[in-house]
Amino acid sequence: MKVVLENLTKRFASRSEKGKDVTAVNRFNFEIPDGQLVGLLGPSGCGKSTTLNLISGLETPTEGRILFGDQDVTNLPPEERGVGLVFQNYALYPHLTVEQNIIFPLQNLKGNQKMSKAAMHEKALEAAKLVQIERLMERKPSQLSGGQQQRVAIARALVKIPRVLLLDEPLSNLDARLRLQTREELRRIQRETGVTTIFVTHDQEEAMSISDLIIVMKEGIVNQIGKPQQVYDDPVNLFVAQFLGTPAINVLEGELRDGRLMIGGEAVLDMPGKADGAVWAGIRPEGFVLDGNGPFTCAMERVEVMGRDVSVVCTHEKMTGRNIRAIIPAESRVDTDQKTVRFSLKPAKVFVFDRESEARR
Amino acid sequence: MNVQKKSGRAGMALIYFFLVIWALIVLFPFYWMLLTSVKSFAAYNSEYIPRFWTPNPTMENYASAFTTVPLGRYFLNTVIFTAATTGLMMLVIVPAAFAFARLEFRGKNAVFSFFLSLMMIPTELVIITNYVTIVNWNMRNTYWGLILPSVTSIFYIYLLKENFEAIPDELYKAAKVDGTSDLKYLLRVMIPIAQPTIVTIVILKVIECWNSYVWPRLITYDQNYFLVSNGIQQIRESGFGRENTPAMMAAVVVISIPLIVLFLAFRKKIMAGVSRGGTKG
Amino acid sequence: MKTKNNWKAWLYLLPAILFLAVFMVYPLIDVCVYAVEENYSFAQGEATGIGLANFRYVLSDPYFVQAVRNTFLIVIITVPLSTGFSLLIALGLSSVKRLQNAFQTIYFLPYVTNTLAVGLVFMILFRKTDYTEGLVNLLLAKIGLGGVDFIEGPYWAKMFVMCFYTIWVVMPFKILILTSALASVNQDYYKAAKVDGASSFRIFRKITLPMISSTVFYLIITGFIGAFKAYSDEVALFGTNLNAAGMNTIVGYVYDMLYGSSGGYPSYAAAAALILFAIVFTITYINLTVSKKTVQYV
Repeated sequence: MKVVLENLTKRFASRSEKGKDVTAVNRFNFEIPDGQLVGLLGPSGCGKSTTLNLISGLETPTEGRILFGDQDVTNLPPEERGVGLVFQNYALYPHLTVEQNIIFPLQNLKGNQKMSKAAMHEKALEAAKLVQIERLMERKPSQLSGGQQQRVAIARALVKIPRVLLLDEPLSNLDARLRLQTREELRRIQRETGVTTIFVTHDQEEAMSISDLIIVMKEGIVNQIGKPQQVYDDPVNLFVAQFLGTPAINVLEGELRDGRLMIGGEAVLDMPGKADGAVWAGIRPEGFVLDGNGPFTCAMERVEVMGRDVSVVCTHEKMTGRNIRAIIPAESRVDTDQKTVRFSLKPAKVFVFDRESEARR
Repeated sequence: MNVQKKSGRAGMALIYFFLVIWALIVLFPFYWMLLTSVKSFAAYNSEYIPRFWTPNPTMENYASAFTTVPLGRYFLNTVIFTAATTGLMMLVIVPAAFAFARLEFRGKNAVFSFFLSLMMIPTELVIITNYVTIVNWNMRNTYWGLILPSVTSIFYIYLLKENFEAIPDELYKAAKVDGTSDLKYLLRVMIPIAQPTIVTIVILKVIECWNSYVWPRLITYDQNYFLVSNGIQQIRESGFGRENTPAMMAAVVVISIPLIVLFLAFRKKIMAGVSRGGTKG
Repeated sequence: MKTKNNWKAWLYLLPAILFLAVFMVYPLIDVCVYAVEENYSFAQGEATGIGLANFRYVLSDPYFVQAVRNTFLIVIITVPLSTGFSLLIALGLSSVKRLQNAFQTIYFLPYVTNTLAVGLVFMILFRKTDYTEGLVNLLLAKIGLGGVDFIEGPYWAKMFVMCFYTIWVVMPFKILILTSALASVNQDYYKAAKVDGASSFRIFRKITLPMISSTVFYLIITGFIGAFKAYSDEVALFGTNLNAAGMNTIVGYVYDMLYGSSGGYPSYAAAAALILFAIVFTITYINLTVSKKTVQYV
């Protein structure tokens, strides 16, 4: 099912200041193609959970429309939208067994959608099999591990075969190892069912690794939409560039002059065709190449060896934040006794942003 | 080390001594009423110095407790009163607590604050008008007259609301997405989860009802509507002839047993419930 | 969704609001009206004017004065004694392991008994009749005292039984609350204090008492409120005609004015009830002020 958000806006009355509104979601316009796995990404408080609530119908927008396919669902209550929702803490009913939890949504069906008991059990079993918990049907949620509870929650969301599956921070309550596993699992379940799935996360790695499409949000505004790699390689502004990638992008004060990027008096990279002016220069950690004659000189701090590659930590007076971190292949030889280290830069890994607007230049 | 141990032991013995003394003070009236209730009328009256034991226990006092005065009737009245009051109260307070805990509506905080401020008002202050109200409604000597004024309890609404609020918001949202109505959510999710608190409230209310005396005394003068407390007072003042103490004690035993059995069955629940939210009176 | 739910939410609240309006809010206003209506009685049916005459009457009524005296005596005697005893017993309970559960169960028993019913047992134990001295008198005789009728005898004797029974009735609640308060004190404090070599009394003064002080104050405050409303325990011991027995309480006075042989005067009852409320309110306010200054919150 294609999901379209048109000019979607949600304002809340401010809790701290009376009469003032807080805009949680500001003029969203985007379209999610059918059958995609979409990651809604942003720091906490950026409005991503509100967006999810708007799509599910738990909240009604102040302005704008939501369309599922060609149907306008803006004013439909949640149960008529055909959405499945998985909560961060799973929200399983503690007094019901796994099977009763999964059946619960089916028991609310009315009219000709009503099902016989046998049909419900069959449906529940199907959903349980999909997430591989069919052997836990008689247990209570408290007898399950976090990962198992997560699967039950997904089965419950899927049992009605929703048009859109929504997941709110689905992995954040799991430990690191389980998170990797469940990530793959999510991908598999989504592929198998083909349900359009939107999940909210603040973890960029999580979003990048499994999404077909990511949407980066900040303070209620969509900053960028695109395939993960494409957003990473071509961020529209400083925020997106900083939010994606670990280790984070290095941001330095720079200046464009005569088609060249100047950092602290050194012309570090040719950037033909860009207008002069003060900029933020963002350099991805993997954008550095060790080069004795390179144009970019930094003060050497230390080297961290991490197996596959090596992290050179150095300082520069124009660096914002503490240290510059450059990642280079493990086989490169770094002379740690040197006071300085020189790099040349890969043009595709260097972005410049306007100093004022922080938009990409 | 040795000395310390000795003084510790002596201290322990002293503590146990006092604990046992208080236990005896608590238990003795119960023992005495049991004992007296099985002494025959003649035996009791012949004991100028009461005996701590009776060689010939008899059940005849129990028979006369039920035949000379309508103890069975009092008993039945109290059961009806207790069940109806408690049941109606749950019907009133559960939806109210649900509305305060889960639903959004204008003026919620104002109404709730108002409710809380009413919690300060002692019964003694409102009982005068309530008495007049019930008299005006011609409800003296009726079950309704007994029941109606005590089917709300702000305190229990408060207790239940707190409990409902502890149930995560997400469960409500999940149920909404699944198309569950508020009422169904209340019945199928909230009440089962809050069941321990609900049971506690029911038990506390049952105890309160079983022991209530003042209101029933105001509202009933027809013996057919007496509750056990009023019945026992009636028995004391005129029932068996003033001096049939064994029969009186038999009645006291009969009246006390249901709650004691209830207590022994739900000991943990009752004590936890009272320490969380009960007060006497 | 919020606005749509509006009227439904009120529907859920409706029963509670209705009952409270009829049996709580309206009576609250009405009682004030009664209190200022002069010369109103059920028999007469009409007031002659508005004023404070009811309060003047009540305050000069010897029965009311006696009821106030009795009530204050009960409060002053039973609240400190029952709280203190309960604290001792709770401390004892928390320091033993064996039989702790059994003791706790026994101590709680009076809470679940009908106080009217058990009051009769007390009456029989303390009463002296032509047929028997009563058990208590016999025990007193063993230590060279006795011969007092505690139920229909001198005032001090009646007051003694009264207070004794009141304490017996209120102890279970206090013991329970204090025991759970003691149990919730973190054991590490005790371990630390023991390592520091503090004596048990010092541990009690410096650690236990401050830790449970808010609970103790809660018990004192509710104890005061409860004791000021004393009534049915008195009825259990001395019968419904408390004025004749000289053992009436303020609440008893209110009911007697409303109902019974001397009843039918709701205005006097209302005035007395408002005076009681004023007393309780003042004392509770004082209590709260004191406790705010003393209690150490942890």
